[in-house]
Amino acid sequence: MIRQFLSYFPSYSPYENPSYFILLGVALIPLVVQLLRGKRMMWYQNILTVYFLIISFGGPSLRSAFALCSYILWQTILVYIYFKYRQKRNNTGIFYGAVTLAILPLFLVKIIPFINSRTWFEPVVNNHPSLLSVPSFIGFLGISYLTFKAVQMVMEIRDGIITEYHIGRYLQFMLFFPTISSGPIDRYRRFESDLLNAPEKNEYVDMLSTGIHKIFMGFVYKFILAYLFGTILLPKMSHAAIADGGISWGLIGYMYIYTFYLFFDFAGYSLFAIGTSNIMGYNTPENFNKPFLAKNIKDFWDRWHISLSSWFRDYIYMRLMFTLLKKKVFKSRVVASNVGYFVLFLIMALWHGLTWFYLVYGLYHATLVCVTDWWLRFKRKHRKKLPKNKYTHAFAVVLTFHAVAFGLLLFSGFLDTLLFK
Amino acid sequence: MEIKEIVLDILEDLTGTDEVREDLSLDLFEEGLLDSLAVVQFLVDIEEKTGKPMLVTEFHKEEWATPQTIIDKVVAFQ
Repeated sequence: MIRQFLSYFPSYSPYENPSYFILLGVALIPLVVQLLRGKRMMWYQNILTVYFLIISFGGPSLRSAFALCSYILWQTILVYIYFKYRQKRNNTGIFYGAVTLAILPLFLVKIIPFINSRTWFEPVVNNHPSLLSVPSFIGFLGISYLTFKAVQMVMEIRDGIITEYHIGRYLQFMLFFPTISSGPIDRYRRFESDLLNAPEKNEYVDMLSTGIHKIFMGFVYKFILAYLFGTILLPKMSHAAIADGGISWGLIGYMYIYTFYLFFDFAGYSLFAIGTSNIMGYNTPENFNKPFLAKNIKDFWDRWHISLSSWFRDYIYMRLMFTLLKKKVFKSRVVASNVGYFVLFLIMALWHGLTWFYLVYGLYHATLVCVTDWWLRFKRKHRKKLPKNKYTHAFAVVLTFHAVAFGLLLFSGFLDTLLFK
Repeated sequence: MEIKEIVLDILEDLTGTDEVREDLSLDLFEEGLLDSLAVVQFLVDIEEKTGKPMLVTEFHKEEWATPQTIIDKVVAFQ
């Protein structure tokens, strides 16, 4: 019966084709009209959310829908129990336990395919072929992004800054459909304040025009530039690089083309997600801020996939550093910081996936950040003596861009194809 | 000791310059004098010196931009 009901709905990946945008545009009209009068139409927004979730997760097999529902149920109950507990006590072990349980579904989705594909596990898989389909029962598009939202809830409840657990608002935060598949990763308190306070009329008129502008920018980024780099040029470069083998002009071309493709594809997607949020009267945080103009690698991380890197900074790096420095685990602050960066980038690498090239990508960036820190300390000591002008700045920008592009070449997995396939 | 003095002592120690004392509107990030690590060290030090933990769940550069904004932030926290 559910299948039949769902078959009345179209099935689209978010922001992938024109029909989705037309549907989205029409569906948003009543919301826009009310927002222009300074009102949020919550019931309608909730129907819209359910509708768009069905379009994106309904699918013929129902697996994604089932996985999403189970996941949300799991997180909602977990946060509820932890919140109740935290009102009375604040045990560190329980806190770590709650964080672990919040990460567990994502961890399983990543680890099970990894184990299944190991040769030593082959006999087990042959005897129990059903193991292969386990991840598709737990996983769904966007599970990694939802995990970030779920974990920050637990952390902020621990900090005592989320003092009220409102299940309805929690669900709206988790299931906010414009950003559900790939972020930007919002913060609960920020989102809640938007949810509870409709923007002023004048403010909303600005948001509306910004939102529409962003969506059109998104078209340019994703359907023109990312298409040009990713669909037209990238396969050509790939052929050239594979034909030449080893280090070749083709490989260098691949590095540049992939870098631009990835940026325009993801920044384009982010523009759609943020633009749609704006039209709905939400100030979803930005994800990119001219990353190729960064003057060093730390600056780059302040500009690239910002909602992810700031999440890592706030919830992992700063907390870890606070503990390490307070307990004086390392004698030197610099050593502690470098250890912190390696932990941070290794976690980020594992989050991307359990492959050698993500691991190398993580280690590469951790090393770059540590070296940059060393350079910045050196610069600080000699800041009166070192030259600082537009040429040194341009040099820094070009150098950073190339360091980044090389990192993205590692990230692309193309070297895996080139070296081992 | 007054909060302002405590903050300036720590900042002088962290940045290695007494400019923080002379110019309360010095842009610490732009000058490369402060970064997120130094801010964490600052939080540890301020807890040690005042005995009150200072909780920072979200880090926003502009809240740590100058010696004056930091003093204001700490005062608000106490």
